[in-house]
Amino acid sequence: MIMSSRETILKAVAMNKPDLTDLPDMDLSMTIQYADCKQQFVDMVEASGGKAFYQNSRQDLLNDLAEVKAEGKFMINLLENPHTEEWKNLKAFELEGLDTCYLRAELGVAESGAMWISEKQMSNRLIPFICQHLVIVLNQADIVNNMHQAYQQIDAAAEGFGVFIAGPSKTADIEQNLVIGAHGARSMRVYLIDNEM
Amino acid sequence: MNVKQHAEAAEEFIRDEARTDWHDETLWFVRDKRDIAVNKLPEWEILRDWASRIKDHTLSNLDHYLKSFEEKAVSNGIIVHWATDAEDHNRIIHKIIADNKIDKIVKSKSMLTEECHLNEYLQSKGIKILDSDLGEYIVQLREETPSHIVLPAIHLKRQDVSETFHEHLNTEKGNYDPQYLAGAARHHLRERFIEADLAITGVNFAIAESGSFVVCTNEGNADMGVHAANIHIACMGIEKLIPKTDHLGVFLRLLARSATGQPITTYSSHFNKPRPGQQMHMVIVDNGRSRQLGRPDFRNSLKCIRCAACFNTCPVYRKSGGHSYHSAVAGPIGSILNPNLDMKANSDLPFASTLCGSCSNVCPVKIDIHQQLWKWRQIIVANGNVEKGKKVGMQGMAWVLSNPQVYRISGKIGRWVMRTFPFMLSNRLNAWYKQREMPRAPEKSFRDWFIENK
Repeated sequence: MIMSSRETILKAVAMNKPDLTDLPDMDLSMTIQYADCKQQFVDMVEASGGKAFYQNSRQDLLNDLAEVKAEGKFMINLLENPHTEEWKNLKAFELEGLDTCYLRAELGVAESGAMWISEKQMSNRLIPFICQHLVIVLNQADIVNNMHQAYQQIDAAAEGFGVFIAGPSKTADIEQNLVIGAHGARSMRVYLIDNEM
Repeated sequence: MNVKQHAEAAEEFIRDEARTDWHDETLWFVRDKRDIAVNKLPEWEILRDWASRIKDHTLSNLDHYLKSFEEKAVSNGIIVHWATDAEDHNRIIHKIIADNKIDKIVKSKSMLTEECHLNEYLQSKGIKILDSDLGEYIVQLREETPSHIVLPAIHLKRQDVSETFHEHLNTEKGNYDPQYLAGAARHHLRERFIEADLAITGVNFAIAESGSFVVCTNEGNADMGVHAANIHIACMGIEKLIPKTDHLGVFLRLLARSATGQPITTYSSHFNKPRPGQQMHMVIVDNGRSRQLGRPDFRNSLKCIRCAACFNTCPVYRKSGGHSYHSAVAGPIGSILNPNLDMKANSDLPFASTLCGSCSNVCPVKIDIHQQLWKWRQIIVANGNVEKGKKVGMQGMAWVLSNPQVYRISGKIGRWVMRTFPFMLSNRLNAWYKQREMPRAPEKSFRDWFIENK
C-alpha cells in the first residue's frame, strides 16, 4: 500500500528524531523591566517611525478626529463601537480609498513599541493595513515591559486573527535606505490615554 | 544547466572592487545595527539559550507536535496539506489554484517557495505569481533570484532599481530617490493586492498547542494580500513548529533584532482561523528535513529561524554575494542546509567559509554553524565530491606536515624558492595567490633561529 505524504513524513520524523529533551524552565524575572515603561514605550514608538501623544492626549485625539473629519476624507472610527457591522464585509476595492482609521489596542509593549490589536478591535482584517494613516488609542495602564508579559496578558488564539503592530509600514530594500510607507499604513499616531474614555 | 561553483561565481562578483566594498560595508552596517539592538537586552544570552532548548525539545518530539498542530488547525477551519518534497508542494498549490480557477496571485516572502522553485513550476503551467515584498518584486522584474533571505535585493544599487522601474513601471529616468522608487512600487502593487484572488505566504512560527501560525513583515505585504484575497495558502517546513504561544515571546524578541536590529518587525500577524467565506490552506513540507533530523551532526541546523544574522556577519558572504551560493538559502546556514538537499551539487558550499565562527556566535538559536561546515567538508571529501587539485594538495600537505624531516627540508626549499623565483608561486596556476601579495620569505625558520639563540 502506498503511504500518504502525511504518513511518510510523520513516520520519517518519528524514526529520525533524537531522544526527548526537556523544555527550558524560563524564569521571566530575568527579563528586562524598565524604570519608566511609559517613556520607554513612547521612545520606541518614535523609533519605529510613529508619533506618540501622551500629554493632553485626550484633547489631542479629539482635535485629530475633528481635523481629519473636516478634510472630508474617507475615515473609519472604531473607537466607540468596534463591533459595528458597517465595515465588516467590505472588500478591498471598497476600502481602497480609506484615508485614516482609528482603533484601540488592548496592550502595548515597552521594549518595542508594539501594540496588540485583536480581530474584535479592527472590525475587518484589512482595515489596519489598507488605511493610509493608522491612529491607535492605548490605555497607559496597558503597557507591559516585554513580549513575555504581553503573551501572559493577551489570549493570542482567542479570535480568528490578531496582530502586533509597531509603527507604520516600512522597507529598506533599496540600498538599506529606510522608507516609511511600504504597503501598509504610511503613518501611525498613538494616543496614550490614562483611563477609559 | 551549468551552475558555477562558489569560488568561480565569487570571482566574477569581486571584479568590481568598489561595488564589492559597498556590498561588504552595507551588510556590516546591518550587523552593527544587530549588535546595538542586542546590547540593549541584558538577557540576550539567556534568550538564546531558551530558544535553542525550545527548538531542541521541539525537534525531539516533532511528530507529536506536528499532529497536535494539525488537529488544532483543522478544528480552527484551516485545510492542512502534507508535502514530502518540492514537487509535492508545488503540485498541491497548483491544484488549489486550478480547482478555484484563479489567475491573480500575490506572494509575500517565503524562502520555502524559493527552495521548491514554485514560481518556475507555476510559470510552466502558464500561471504567473507576483512577488510583493519590495526586494523580491525588484529581483522578479529583473528575472533574478533573491541574493539574501531577509534583504533579497541587497546586491543591487539604487541606480539598478531605478533603471528596472523605469523600464517596467515607467518611472522617471535617472530618479534614484529610494522614497520615490518605493512609492512607485507601492502604487503599482496596491492595485494588484486589491484585485488578488489568492495570496501565498510563508510562515515564521507555527504553534502546536493552538494550531495558529505567525507571519512577520515590515512592509505589510503579507497582510495586504491575505486579507484582500479569498484564498490564503501558507507554506511551511516541518521545523517551523514551536510548542506554545508563550514561546513566541522568546522568538519574536530574537528574530528582528538578529535580522535588522529592530526590536520587532512592524507586523507580527497571528492567524488562527479563516475569516468568514475565506479558504485558509496550510502546506506542511518535509523536502529533506526529516533526513536532516536523522543526521546527529547536522540536525541542529533545523533550529534556524531564517534571521540571516550569519549572512551579515560572514566575511565570505559579504565579499562574494548571495548569488555565488547558487541556492535559495545562501550564506553560512545555506552552506550547511544545502548539502542535505543535494550533496553533489552543493559540495562547494561548506568550503565557502573561513571557519572563523562568527556565524555561530551571532546565531540566535545557537546553531554550531562553523562546526557543521567543517563536518560537511569531511563527509564531502570522504565521498569524493571534491576537486582533484584540492584533494591532491591536501594529501601532499598532510604528508609534509606529518613528517618533521620532510617539513624542515620543504620549508628551506620553499623559502629559497620564494626569495629567488617568487613567480613560481605567485602565478595564475596557484589559486591561493589570487588577489594576494607575496609575503617576503624570511632567511631562516623560527626553529633555526631558536636553536641559534637559545
